[in-house]
Amino acid sequence: MRSSIRITVNGVEHDLEVEPRRLLVHALREDLGLTGTHVGCDTSSCGACTVHLDGDAVLSCTMLAVQANGRSITTVEGLATAGGLHPIQTAFHERHALQCGFCTPGMLMAGAALIEGNPEITEAEVRQGLEGNLCRCTGYQNIVDAVLVAARETARA
Amino acid sequence: MATIEHRPASGGIGESVLRKEDAKLIVGQGRFVDDLVLPGMLHAAFARSPFGHARITGVDRSAALALPGVAAVLTADELGIAGGVPCASNPTGDTRQPRQPLLAEGIVRYCGEPVVMVIATNRYTARDAADAIVIDYEPLPAVVDGRKALAPDAPLVHGQYPDNLCCTLRHETDGFEEAFAAAPHVVRSANFNQRITPVSMETRGVVADWVRASGEVTLYTSTQVPHFVRTFVAVINETSESKVRVVTPDVGGGFGAKLNTYREEYLACAASKIVGAPVKWIEDRSESHNATIHGRDQHQQYEAAVEADGKIRALRFRAVQNNGAYLQLLTPSISHLTVFMVPGPYAIENISIEVRQAFTNTTPTDAYRGAGRPEATHGLERLVDEIADELGLDPADVRRRNFIEEFPYTTSVGLSYDSGDYGTALDRALELACYDTFEERRAEARGRGRYRGIGLSSYVEVCGLAPSAVTKAIGISAPGWESSTVRMHPFGKVTVITGSSPHGQGHATSWSQIVATELGVPFDDVEVIHGDTAFAPYGLGTYGSRSLAVAGAALYRSVQKVKEKGRAIAAHELECSVDDLEWADGRWSVKGSPERGATIQGLATSAWVAANLPPGLEPGMEATTFHDPPNFTFPFGTHVCEVEIDPETGRVEVVGYVAVDDCGNVINPMIVEGQVHGGVIQSIAQAIFEETVYAEDGQLRTPTLVEYQVPSAADLPRITSDRTVTPSPVNPLGTKGIGEAGTIAACPAVVNAAVDALSVLGIRHLEMPMQPHRVWEAIRNANPTGAAR
Ligand code: FES
Ligand code: FES
Repeated sequence: MRSSIRITVNGVEHDLEVEPRRLLVHALREDLGLTGTHVGCDTSSCGACTVHLDGDAVLSCTMLAVQANGRSITTVEGLATAGGLHPIQTAFHERHALQCGFCTPGMLMAGAALIEGNPEITEAEVRQGLEGNLCRCTGYQNIVDAVLVAARETARA
Repeated sequence: MATIEHRPASGGIGESVLRKEDAKLIVGQGRFVDDLVLPGMLHAAFARSPFGHARITGVDRSAALALPGVAAVLTADELGIAGGVPCASNPTGDTRQPRQPLLAEGIVRYCGEPVVMVIATNRYTARDAADAIVIDYEPLPAVVDGRKALAPDAPLVHGQYPDNLCCTLRHETDGFEEAFAAAPHVVRSANFNQRITPVSMETRGVVADWVRASGEVTLYTSTQVPHFVRTFVAVINETSESKVRVVTPDVGGGFGAKLNTYREEYLACAASKIVGAPVKWIEDRSESHNATIHGRDQHQQYEAAVEADGKIRALRFRAVQNNGAYLQLLTPSISHLTVFMVPGPYAIENISIEVRQAFTNTTPTDAYRGAGRPEATHGLERLVDEIADELGLDPADVRRRNFIEEFPYTTSVGLSYDSGDYGTALDRALELACYDTFEERRAEARGRGRYRGIGLSSYVEVCGLAPSAVTKAIGISAPGWESSTVRMHPFGKVTVITGSSPHGQGHATSWSQIVATELGVPFDDVEVIHGDTAFAPYGLGTYGSRSLAVAGAALYRSVQKVKEKGRAIAAHELECSVDDLEWADGRWSVKGSPERGATIQGLATSAWVAANLPPGLEPGMEATTFHDPPNFTFPFGTHVCEVEIDPETGRVEVVGYVAVDDCGNVINPMIVEGQVHGGVIQSIAQAIFEETVYAEDGQLRTPTLVEYQVPSAADLPRITSDRTVTPSPVNPLGTKGIGEAGTIAACPAVVNAAVDALSVLGIRHLEMPMQPHRVWEAIRNANPTGAAR
C-alpha cells in the first residue's frame, strides 16, 4: 500500500508515492536524491538528519514522509541561496567547525534555526540549543564558535 | 551554486590554511557510502544473535523467503567460505587465534554475532525478512569480564582451548626484584579502563559490486585501510588481488574502529557474486553497538618502588585485557602498545610487565583512538598522583623529578624516544592553567558549596607507525611504510596520490601545503587523491597518528624526486651543470644570475613535450616513494584539568582545561588544534560519561545511543590549547603526529582533578566513567554523616 504526498523541498514541489512507514529522511535521500541529510542513529539521538520543516528544525528520521504532506522542507542543499552561502556555512569553514563532515549538515540546519532572529545568542544558549546534535570529531568548540560568529553576522546582514 | 573561495594565503607549511575538504561538505555534496546507488542494487540485513553464548539448534528461513522482494537468505552453509575474519597480530608467536566465521557456524559467542544474511530489493524489506527468520538457540553459560574469564571454572568461550587465555605478554628487566625491594616506599594504583564504543557518526557501510562475467569486484567501504581490505577480500573471497578494487568515498569518522576489516565486507562481496547484483549494507546505529569493535576494557595495576623524593626506582605492571569473543585485525597488539608505553615519559630503569589477554562473550575489542596507549598513561598518571599524595609532594614536582632529560633515550621496554623536552611542556601547561593560584579557586568554590580540584597528566605516545622490521618483530603481519605519488601535469598542476586514508584529518589540505612549500606551486594547484586502490600505490592507511610522519615523509621525498628531475632538465636547457643551479621560489636558476632559470611548471611542460631532454632521462614529471620510517615518533605534552563537583548530585563538571602538546613541526596549526579539541573531548567523554556495559549473561546493556551516553556541546567545556615544538629527527618534515594525544592525556587529568577535589573527604580513587551516581556514592560512603558539606 502506498500513499501519495506532495512536499516542497528547497522550493521545488514533488509528488511522491511512499509506503506509509517510509521515514522522511529516506524519502529525501533515496526518492529525491538529496543525500546531504545524513542518518547517524536509529533512536532520535544524534541530529545528523536535521532539516527545516516550515522553518523549524526537525529530525527527519523521526517523522514519516506522509506526515510532511503539504509542508515545506529545507535541507542542507537548500541552505545557500543565489546570493551565496548562508553565514553559518561560511563560519563553519572559517572556524574549522568540521572534520569528517558527517554531522555537519545536521549541525548547520540546527544552528541556522537556532540563530534565526537571535543574533545576540550566548555561548551557553548555543551549547544548550545544539544538545540534540552529536559530533564525534571536533569537540564542539569550533562548532559553537562558528554558530556564534554566524549569529553576529546575520545581525549585520 | 554558491561555493567557498580558498584563502589566498601562500598556503605553505606552518599556516592555518582553511580546508579544501570543506567546500562540498558544507553544502551537502559529500559522498559517503550510503549516498551511493548502483544499477540494480540490492540491500542486505542480518539476523544477529540476541544471546552472548548459545548453540544454534535450528534456522527456519521460510517466512523470510516468502516475502516479496527477497533475493537471498544466506547462512554459513550457503556461503561455503572456509576463511574467517582475519587477525594480523600474533605478538607472542603462540597467540591463540580462533577462527571467526563470517556467519555463525553452530555456536554464537557474543551478542550481535550474525547468523543469517538477507538480500532484498530495499532496506525495509531486507529488515522485515531478517526479522522473519526464526532461529532456535540453546543458551550456554557466558562470561563477560576479562578477569572472571581467566578464573579456573569460567565457561569456555572456545571449547577447543583448555581456558580463555589468548596470550600473555611479558617483559622484565634483569635484576628487577632486587631493585624493587631496595626502594623505601611502595605505591600502588589499580584502575579499570572501561570498555567504550567508538561511535563514529557515520556507521560502517559497504556497497559490493561483483561482476560475474569478468570477475572484477569493486567494494565501496567506509574504512581507514582500503588496501588491507583489498588484500583480505582477495584472500577470503578467493579471488585475485588484481581483480579487486576498494574505494573509500568520504568517511564519516573512524577513531580506530575502521582500522579493521569486517565480515560484512567479505559477506557483501560474496552475496553480490551469488545474487549477481550490487549489494549495499549500511549498519544501523544500534547494530553498530555490537557489530563494530569496542575499545579498551583493561583491568590494570601499577606498583612503584619509590625514593622519599618521589623518584621511581622500579615499576611493576599487571593487567588483564578483555579481547572479546574473537580477534579482529589487531586485537592482541592493542595491549602490546600498552606494554610499550608502561614507563611513559619517566626514566625508569627497572620494569616488570605482564598482560594476560582473555576471551569473553563480548564484541571483540581493538583499536580505539589512542589504542593501548591511553591505558598505560591513565594508570601511570594516576600512580604518580598517588606517589605525590603518599609522600606529601607536589604532583608537578614528582613528574619533573622523573622526566627523561636526554634524547634519544632507550626505555626499559626497548623503545628509542626520538626527541623531547618534557619539562618545558609541563611548565607551559602549569603557567596557562594558573597552577600557582589554584588554592584560591578551590577556596572560592568551597564557599559556593562545591568541591574544586586540579589534575595533571603528562604523557608521551608512540606514533609514526611503524618501521616494517619492527612490526614484524612484534608479530604484526603487515608492514608500516607508506606511499605517495606526485604527478605534475603538462601545464604544471599537481596531483598527489597518497596511501594515507583520511576521514576528517584534512590530508588534502595539509598535503597541498607541503607541496606548495616544497615545490613552490600555488596551494590551489594541488589536488590530493586517496582511498582508491585502482590507481593508488599500495598504502597502509590512516591510524595511530601516523599519516603526517610516514605518508608526509613519503610525499616529501616524492616532491624532492620531482624537483631533482626538474633540475636535470633545467641544466640541460640552460646548458650548465646541475651543480650550477640553485632552487628558490619554485624555480631552478643559475647561481649568481637568477634571471637565467626555469619554473618547475615550465620544466614539467618540458618533461611532457620531451623533445629536448637530457640523454637517458625519461619523459614525464612524476615520482613515487615508498617510505619505511627508520623509527617511531614520540609526541608528548602535559594537560591540566580543573573540575568542580556538586556534592548534592555527584556531577563532575570540567571547568578548565589546558592542553600543551608537542607534535614536532606543524604543517597546519588550525588542523592540529582541531585534533586536540576532538581528542580531549573524546577522552573527557570516557572519563565522565561513556561506558559499554554487559550483563553477566552476555546481553549488551548499552545497545543504543539512548543508554550509551555520548556527550553533547551542552555537557562539555572549552579547551585552551598550546604547543611546544621539538622537531622529530626521524623524518624530513620533523613532524610527530597529533591525532590521539588528546585521548591519551585527558582521562587521567580529569580523574586526578576529581580525586584532588574530593581528597578532603579522604577519597583517593574514582573509577571511570565518573557518572553522578558513582561520585555521589563515593562522597556518601566517604562521608556518611554529610559533615563536610
Ligand atoms: S538520524 Fe535522526 S537523530 Fe540520529
Ligand atoms: S565533523 Fe565528524 S562527526 Fe562532526
